[in-house]
Amino acid sequence: MQRLKGHVAQSALNIIVLIKHVPDAQFDRRLAEDSHRMDRSESILSELDEYALEAALALSEQHGGKNSENTVTAVTVGPPAAVAAVKKALQIGATAGVHLSDEALAGSDAAATSAAIAVLIQHLGTQTPVDLVLTGMASTDGETSLVPAQLAARLGLAQLTQVSALSLSEDGATLMARRDGDTETLELQASLPAVVSVTDQINEPRYPNFKGILAAKKKKVTTLTLADLGLDPALVGASGSWTEVLDAAPRPARAAGTIVSDTGDAGIQLVDFLAAQKLL
Amino acid sequence: MATILLFLDRTGTAAGSPLSKVSEELLTLAHTAGEPVVALAGPSDDSLLEQLGRHGVSRVLVSEQPELNDYLLAPKADFLAHMVISTGACAVLLENSADGKDLAGRLGIALSAGVITDVVGLDSELVAEKSVLAGEYNVRARVTTATAILTVKANIVDVVAAETPVTAAVETVEVPFDAASQQVRIVQRSPRAVSGRPALEDARVVVAGGRGLDGDFGPVEQLADALGAAVGASRAATDAGWIDHAFQVGQTGKTVSPQLYISVGISGAIQQKAGMQTSKVIVAINNDEDSPVFEIADFGIVGDLFEVLPQATAEILRRRA
Ligand SMILES: Cc1cc2nc3c(=O)[nH]c(=O)nc-3n(C[C@H](O)[C@H](O)[C@H](O)COP(=O)(O)OP(=O)(O)OC[C@H]3O[C@@H](n4cnc5c(N)ncnc54)[C@H](O)[C@@H]3O)c2cc1C
Repeated sequence: MQRLKGHVAQSALNIIVLIKHVPDAQFDRRLAEDSHRMDRSESILSELDEYALEAALALSEQHGGKNSENTVTAVTVGPPAAVAAVKKALQIGATAGVHLSDEALAGSDAAATSAAIAVLIQHLGTQTPVDLVLTGMASTDGETSLVPAQLAARLGLAQLTQVSALSLSEDGATLMARRDGDTETLELQASLPAVVSVTDQINEPRYPNFKGILAAKKKKVTTLTLADLGLDPALVGASGSWTEVLDAAPRPARAAGTIVSDTGDAGIQLVDFLAAQKLL
Repeated sequence: MATILLFLDRTGTAAGSPLSKVSEELLTLAHTAGEPVVALAGPSDDSLLEQLGRHGVSRVLVSEQPELNDYLLAPKADFLAHMVISTGACAVLLENSADGKDLAGRLGIALSAGVITDVVGLDSELVAEKSVLAGEYNVRARVTTATAILTVKANIVDVVAAETPVTAAVETVEVPFDAASQQVRIVQRSPRAVSGRPALEDARVVVAGGRGLDGDFGPVEQLADALGAAVGASRAATDAGWIDHAFQVGQTGKTVSPQLYISVGISGAIQQKAGMQTSKVIVAINNDEDSPVFEIADFGIVGDLFEVLPQATAEILRRRA
């Protein structure tokens, strides 16, 4: 597939951060009985995306900083309410927001979601060439971690997933990253443009401050539909998905356990319990 | 019988090393559901072939092309895509690790095939069971495309050999790699420290410690060793640097589903529960009776871990003696 940008050293850095509006895990999260779709009434900016946003802001600050023409665009795909996640990202420091919203997107699996985002990024790239697409390590609702790899594959871009450190060479041409595997840690290098997903080990996300909250009011959020992208609705949503959910049921509640207070022999009671359960 | 392709990544594995427990579980699923074929990245050896033969694998497609080692993951996905096409496999089974999910995602796009992650059960029609929303829901899902790509969690089947062992024959293959797959160069590899304990993901028993340990994992390690268990940790403990991040259990760490999970000095935040609440038996030791971890515990002890753990460890060793 076409490259989004042949990299020109010293030019402004244009970063897209993919964010998702997800049900708040502090509350009970539910799937609808008929459609098996997520109840999205109590939703927030996914915590894991805050690390991607922080990584984008840090890179932008290290390469030109405030006085540069760098852009950090917060991009989301989701129902109308999902714009709240974009607004939060603008308060934290993103320079602009984009919200792709269309009824036909409902029920998209990871493949269909990545199809929509790929076209969206190409669309944005025709206006401002994109250097880097940053994402969180997973959405906290779908939790598949598939979208970053699928997006990179669709766009033919370098894929650096699950990285715990990220930097850009002085000349802005080479990306360096660390990936912590189970048996080894890898140091990676790639040229821009690239798709990068970051873990929660990479940084400590900043909070929006008062100045940021005021500044966000003047920042632009562009709302787009599939028609704006020229994307066939049949390629997304349930019809564009390659998987289907047959049924969904709440996990049976765990039977109430035995809770004892230690009066000096709880360690022995623990061993008795394990022995009774044949776990020794 | 339908061909099921299984990926074995032995690029970093010493020759002669036994199959991992997770690989044997995938092989068990594959030979129960169809005709298993192995796509092997990295060297083959006699003891490996002997083990594969016992799991009913007669075909092993091997690539040792240097690109598999030089670049991050993408060439492995290319290799697998070619192997699916040449074998006509109807399903690909991968580990549910970060690598496995990334490979599954790329492979899905290469083959226009659906991917289901976090699989905990699989029937003969390839309908998959998976747990979602941090283990709050069980979902049955299926792939609607010709090929199904599944990343399967550890500990979901008991390892059994095939009814009739076969002789595994090696076919060496060379595949063309996409230019786009050779963009992320691995410039350095550093091995991570290995412990002598079982691997966290596939251990039968996990003893996990949290902030309550106050920097001292000794009591947790001693109990783990008495039980032959793996050691795990909460993010508070890994963030504090008391133990490597590789041991973190939870939303952003490992998801485990052992027979027994002993939670020690961990409050039981939703992100921690996400990684362990499908464990068969949960034991919690915490000095705060209002800790949410007690809501999911089968056996809970309100008490000081520094008293309870050494006593339990000593009692286990005494009964063994
Ligand atoms: C994006 C994100 C991702 C996260 N991912 C994860 C994850 O993957 N895994 C994870 O675990 N957390 C994760 N967290 C953090 C999670 O929210 C909690 O902060 C964390 O799990 C708390 O760790 P803890 O239970 O060890 O510490 P605390 O919540 O501080 O609990 C310590 C417990 O120890 C008990 N205690 C203290 N002293 C003793 C004693 N002497 N004897 C017995 N009990 C004692 C206390 O009563 C308390 O309940 C994540 C958070 C975020 C925002």
